[in-house]
Amino acid sequence: MNDNNSPNDWLFEITPKNKFFSLNLKEVWQYRDLLLLFVKRDVITVYKQTVLGPLWYLIQPLFTSVTFTIIFNNVAGIDTGTVPPFLFNLAGITVWNYFTACLTGTSDTFKANAAIFGKVYFPRIITPLSVVISNLIKFGIQFLIFVSFYIFYYLTGSNLTLNASLIFFPVLIAFMGILGLGLGMFISSLVTKYRDFTYLVGFGIQLLMYLSAVMYPMELIKKKLPEFGWLVEYNPLAYIIETARYMLLNVGEISILGLSYTLAITIAVFFIGLLIFNKTEKSFIDTV
Amino acid sequence: MKKDIILKAENISKQYRLGQVGTGTLIHDLNRWWHQVRGKENPYLKIGDTNDRSTKGNSDYVWALQDINFEVESGEVLGIIGKNGAGKSTLLKILSKVTAPTTGSIKSRGRIASLLEVGTGFNGEMTGRENVFLNGAILGMTKKEITSKLDEIIEFSGCERYIDTPVKRYSSGMTVRLAFAVAAFLEPEILVIDEVLAVGDAEFQKKAIGKMQDISREGGRTVLFVSHNMAAVKSLCTRGIVLENGTIKFNGDIDQALDVYLSNDNDTEHSIVFDENTKREGSRNLEFVSLEIRNQNNKLSQEFSIGDDLNIKFKLKNNSNESRSEVAIQIKSSDEMPIFHIMARDSNYELKHTYNEEEYNVVLKDLRLFPGFYNITLISANTTGHEIYDNIENALSFQVVDGGKYTIRSLPRSVGLMFLNPEWQKTNS
Repeated sequence: MNDNNSPNDWLFEITPKNKFFSLNLKEVWQYRDLLLLFVKRDVITVYKQTVLGPLWYLIQPLFTSVTFTIIFNNVAGIDTGTVPPFLFNLAGITVWNYFTACLTGTSDTFKANAAIFGKVYFPRIITPLSVVISNLIKFGIQFLIFVSFYIFYYLTGSNLTLNASLIFFPVLIAFMGILGLGLGMFISSLVTKYRDFTYLVGFGIQLLMYLSAVMYPMELIKKKLPEFGWLVEYNPLAYIIETARYMLLNVGEISILGLSYTLAITIAVFFIGLLIFNKTEKSFIDTV
Repeated sequence: MKKDIILKAENISKQYRLGQVGTGTLIHDLNRWWHQVRGKENPYLKIGDTNDRSTKGNSDYVWALQDINFEVESGEVLGIIGKNGAGKSTLLKILSKVTAPTTGSIKSRGRIASLLEVGTGFNGEMTGRENVFLNGAILGMTKKEITSKLDEIIEFSGCERYIDTPVKRYSSGMTVRLAFAVAAFLEPEILVIDEVLAVGDAEFQKKAIGKMQDISREGGRTVLFVSHNMAAVKSLCTRGIVLENGTIKFNGDIDQALDVYLSNDNDTEHSIVFDENTKREGSRNLEFVSLEIRNQNNKLSQEFSIGDDLNIKFKLKNNSNESRSEVAIQIKSSDEMPIFHIMARDSNYELKHTYNEEEYNVVLKDLRLFPGFYNITLISANTTGHEIYDNIENALSFQVVDGGKYTIRSLPRSVGLMFLNPEWQKTNS
């Protein structure tokens, strides 16, 4: 215990507002065990009392890919080059799913955790971080499915090659997570006061998917819809998904300019999200 | 010697916006932001009513707390008491960093852990053991700390047999026991507790209060405790703060604080005329009109000494021509403990009504209560006691003070309630 009585010797101070920018990394580190326990909780409780359990992780992307293949490739006739359309779609969906899960999971942080947040203090950022990490595990499982199908197609004679840039794949996924986290934190802060944003996220994500080059190559939209192509071109998510396919399937193009743009947007979104999140966490409980 | 101040609250105020969130909020937000951009003060800080929930205010903003200043010494157990809506919970929320104050600051020399609820973050799907870890981590413990205390926690909770069963299969009492056990083994320098003892069975409550006492005494830890359970406050705390309408009404010794709190409504009155604002229950076939307390010289008084006579004088109005009735007078101590229950029939007296309004006087001779505050409750009923005509809880209070014909030593309320001076004799002649 502290015997020193000098007036300035306070351990901490509770004040009306956070400093303009304060991500207390030391504090987050102190609570690292909580972060891990939240991740564990999310993973083991998500499919409790279901018959198929973790299989649901696999069923969802597989069925989506099959549907996309039928609609977009067989009916609409989108050309995926030498790559089997199913694999093409599965790659896009797997990466896209990670972003969606991060965004929807973090965007109701304050609302969904109001009961805990209203009773006890811990660095609030732990909660969205745990969502991003537990979704990473889910992504890992879904990625294994992709790998199995990749091997299957390879063995059955499809012309498949990996790109050397694949070693940067984890970095790309980290981008995706950070972008989802930043956007999610931003929205979660707005949702505390204005519930309108909950609805926006709900259908916004649906629309965004069509603008993110999930089920078509980026080049195709530029060619077929030149007047709307910019919508996709200004979407950082489209670059991430296009690059992911480039790394995994060696199709499409890699644009250094596009990736730099994506990096800049990701960092900007993350810091703006963090800023607003920090500002909100102090008194959101009064409005939520 | 300088005091070892571990926590210091300076000018804490908290403003809340009333009503719903809608377009109005958006306009206020924009206005506030516009003032901020121009470097001006928040325009809504200047307005706002004091927090009195029963009156209708003029403003959309209300001050739940206003200019709260206090210091807490290391190792002290501070009780925070007040009526519903006095601002206790808001203060606790600010102390535990759940919400920020609107103005002012709190400075602390130690880690603060708060226990505003038992079992925060418990997940029904996870086992007892998993929940111990999760809940412990939420409360700020590291995995290592929890692991080292796991056996103690499980033993204290008494749920050993079920520890690997999902918590959703637990009885509510077991969940609470387990959750409290986790909290009891927290080791922050400052512990903030809200009403959590109001759970579990009597045996467990006793255990919980005992544990709290151990924490503050042996652990030398500072505890801030909010409760409506006056007995618990009294047995745990050394100092008390009484909050009223968001401000500190009293700050000092716990016994005095309890007296201030419990005699809140009528601290200087020795007579009262009941009106439409009186809180009462019953059919009102007969109703109390007024009540006075007088001393042995028939003077209106509120202060008495041990051995004095106390006159309780009340007027009774007959609204439905009842010919007979019964009256009971209950006297409770300031911590709501019933002490006397006096009925007319006990004194072989019958209330027979002839007039529309009648006055009665009950003389309590030779008052033998220890110094402190006492409340009088009046009950009017039919002669069988089955139908309550009128019941006014804590209609008036009176105080017994030191002094008087018997007092030759100090008589703190903590050692006794009734003063007796029986005959003594030696029997081994």
